[in-house]
Amino acid sequence: MDERELRGLVEQVRVGALSRRRFVQMMVGLGLTAPLASQMLASAGVAHAQTKSAAYTPTKRGGGGPLKVLWWQSPTLLNPHFAVGTKDQDGSRIFYEPLAAFDPDGNLVPVLAAEIPSLQNGAVGKDGKSVTWKLKKNVVWHDGKPFTADDVVFNWEYAADPATAATTISSYKDITKIDKLDSHTVRLTFKNPTPFWSDAFCGYRGMIIPKHVFEPFKGAKSREAPANVKPLGTGPYKYVDFKPGDIVRGELNTTYHMPNRPHFDTIEMKGGGDAVSAGRAVVQTGEYDYAWNMQVEEEIMRRMEQGGRGKFETSPGGNIEHIQCNQTDPWKEVEGERSSVKAPHPFLTDPAVRQALNLLVDRGSVQEEIYGRGGQATANFLNSPAKYVSKSTKWEFNVEKANQILDAAGWKRGPDGIRAKGDKKLKMVYQTSINAPRQKTQAIVKQAAAKAGIEMELKSITASVFFSSDAANPDIYARFSTDLQMFTTTQASPDPQTFMEQFASWEVSSKDNKFQGRNITRWRNEEYDKLFRAAETELDPAKRAALFIKMNDMVIQNVIVIPIIFRNKVQAVSSRLRGHEISGWDNDTANLCNWFKA
Amino acid sequence: MSRYVVRRLLIAVPVIFGISLVLFTILALAPGDPFEELATNPNVPPEVRMNLRTQFGLDDPLPVRYVRWLGSMLHGDWGFSFVSRINVATLILQRLPTSLFVLGSAQVLGLLIALPIGTYSALRPYSTFDQIATTLAFIGFSLPTFFTGLVFILVFSLTLDWLPFIYRADIPATGWRWWWENARQAAMPVAVLGLFQGATLTRFVRSAVLDVIRLDFVNTARAKGLSERVTIVKHVIRNALIPVVTLVALQIPAIFTGAVITEQIFRVPGIGSLLISSILANDTPVIMAITFVFSCLVVIFNLVADLLYGWLDPRISYR
Repeated sequence: MDERELRGLVEQVRVGALSRRRFVQMMVGLGLTAPLASQMLASAGVAHAQTKSAAYTPTKRGGGGPLKVLWWQSPTLLNPHFAVGTKDQDGSRIFYEPLAAFDPDGNLVPVLAAEIPSLQNGAVGKDGKSVTWKLKKNVVWHDGKPFTADDVVFNWEYAADPATAATTISSYKDITKIDKLDSHTVRLTFKNPTPFWSDAFCGYRGMIIPKHVFEPFKGAKSREAPANVKPLGTGPYKYVDFKPGDIVRGELNTTYHMPNRPHFDTIEMKGGGDAVSAGRAVVQTGEYDYAWNMQVEEEIMRRMEQGGRGKFETSPGGNIEHIQCNQTDPWKEVEGERSSVKAPHPFLTDPAVRQALNLLVDRGSVQEEIYGRGGQATANFLNSPAKYVSKSTKWEFNVEKANQILDAAGWKRGPDGIRAKGDKKLKMVYQTSINAPRQKTQAIVKQAAAKAGIEMELKSITASVFFSSDAANPDIYARFSTDLQMFTTTQASPDPQTFMEQFASWEVSSKDNKFQGRNITRWRNEEYDKLFRAAETELDPAKRAALFIKMNDMVIQNVIVIPIIFRNKVQAVSSRLRGHEISGWDNDTANLCNWFKA
Repeated sequence: MSRYVVRRLLIAVPVIFGISLVLFTILALAPGDPFEELATNPNVPPEVRMNLRTQFGLDDPLPVRYVRWLGSMLHGDWGFSFVSRINVATLILQRLPTSLFVLGSAQVLGLLIALPIGTYSALRPYSTFDQIATTLAFIGFSLPTFFTGLVFILVFSLTLDWLPFIYRADIPATGWRWWWENARQAAMPVAVLGLFQGATLTRFVRSAVLDVIRLDFVNTARAKGLSERVTIVKHVIRNALIPVVTLVALQIPAIFTGAVITEQIFRVPGIGSLLISSILANDTPVIMAITFVFSCLVVIFNLVADLLYGWLDPRISYR
């Protein structure tokens, strides 16, 4: 799909011939993210969808009793700028808020902002180098001090300072200055034209901490701030107690800036244990109201749901379980480095072999038998509900066709049934981390490969080693010392740019960069690089979307990676809980102020 | 006696020192990285991780790190958690009361079961009561706690819906309700651990009593015309308890480390679950602190057990 066709679709939405939601789903099917799709509509002058706040029925603040939620991996710190995983962000989000949040369709919804900036209202600069945010005026911090533009400026200074070692630094470091236009207006200026200006101060990484509390603890002293474990924010609940790794407790914020909210008098986020028993406590015994990240087998979920006290819900996000094909030779050492770009892979550089491999991954069985509603079989590297899969990137499981391709490419079966060409034999090592669904997936792939004359040796590595950044260990995924490897890559950002950078040639993981480069397949392609550079500065969302679709197609058609399952966010929800609308593009607790019990 | 204590304490110093060296080296050589979750997140630039590693001194050579750790430990500073970014001591103190309460109660429950049953079994060996008690004791200590824990949850929480299976350290209630809620939530973990403990101890008490009851002084006591009650309580049990007391003293350090598996199943926020999550997160200062304190306690309570032994049995002398 090119730019012209995209514009046609946007036009159809504008005149009402195509529903907004359907458009977003189509874009997601093409490998884009929902926030990017809704940005395309916004820039074409299609109004933002009205937020469905009508669903919130409580008519007064409080009175809802306690809200009890389970995070089986519980927060270990509550400073959003230090959050290591989503668990820490989710915990912080009870107390802290960003300027705007992403709803399930990827739309920006104002939280601490008075309105969403756009080209139409003149708040987004035409050159893409600035954006102006108007802040809500009636917001106060939990200690009664007013929330102002100074706080926004401070958060940028705090996070962008490398000495602070904030995990949010990449969202803030490219802002060259923030001007305080008045007490409640700020203008952000970017170094380069920035199409995705809503990275800073929005969603996951946009939570704002108070200047008057954190100012003495900027830079190297940041870890000494008492407020790192005693949050003081603007959120719907106020801090009561926090025990790292165990429990977070909060109570109703009587000065919250939204009317009649929040509904619950107290909130308790309990941690520890495992996903299955957390699901039980919500769905079967009803002890708890909500449980996060249910990595539970489909069959167990169905059995638990029979009790009727709750159910498992899913929301699409951006995580993808995929197989990577090494483009370099892991078995040859060049200047002390395996998988060096100087040694191309003996047979994975042959497109025919990769095409065949792609046909040998039985995504249908993997979805049905292993992931259930927790995942969707996909051909795209980002995400794709089966209905809207683009024709150019369709998945197929076909052993016969794989055999034909290999035959045609001259890979002949040897006496042992394994294909070979010259002295190269189709024998590969396929590694992943230790995790039951992954070992089952490996077995399914290995079986199909054997039928096509490819021998696979399976290797599984403890997750703590596989995902570590210990450059000296050959088993880490970034060194990729085998032919194939499989893991889930998290998108964690509503914009695909950072995500797609993992195929850019300058990101190649190597000994020189201590294996910190993100291009782990070591695939290098000039055309891809050019497309990426163009997308970086392209301000027209439709043109930019077309570029990303093209990049996605290149990766898929060349079979650099073999996407398997697009993993949904799955959560256990009490049947009495309402208004939670979990967004796959933001924290589970992003919408907490709207949660209530029927 | 005091010379013996001093000598034992002096021996303990190099032992503890050696333990710390071994623990530290193993943990430092073990694979894994406390900031590994940042490595897989494309939005976090590698510099942040490198910066954090430098900030927390992870890139220094091993001997330097060990000396630094030893120095602060001698000052009473247990270290700084990589993951939670607070002092390890605070983290452990938050968990300690829960661990002490749950494991302490379990230990008491175990003794309450073991003492009467073990003694009674030994007084009437091979009677029907003894047979049944022996069978149950064998079943009790051959069933692992993760199994009994899950069975308890299945029966009392899922089927009968009587007890909660998620433990909360601070219950938002006061007065009687607080006691009631606490008893309800502690019932299952304490029972699981107590029954297991009780089963092992029952066998131990039985054999200890059986050893003593055949001795001459018991017959003498009976011949003196002392009542059976007085004979058993004052003469038999007192003597039979000597090895039991040693055993219990040696188990006290285990209360500190918590019951890893049971705490995980019931989400008891004790030291055991802290240890497990720290291991999973590669939070070495916390692992180091817990394992080191545990080693120290083992060394100390070994000494205490030896001293208690001599105090209970004056025939043993220290040289």
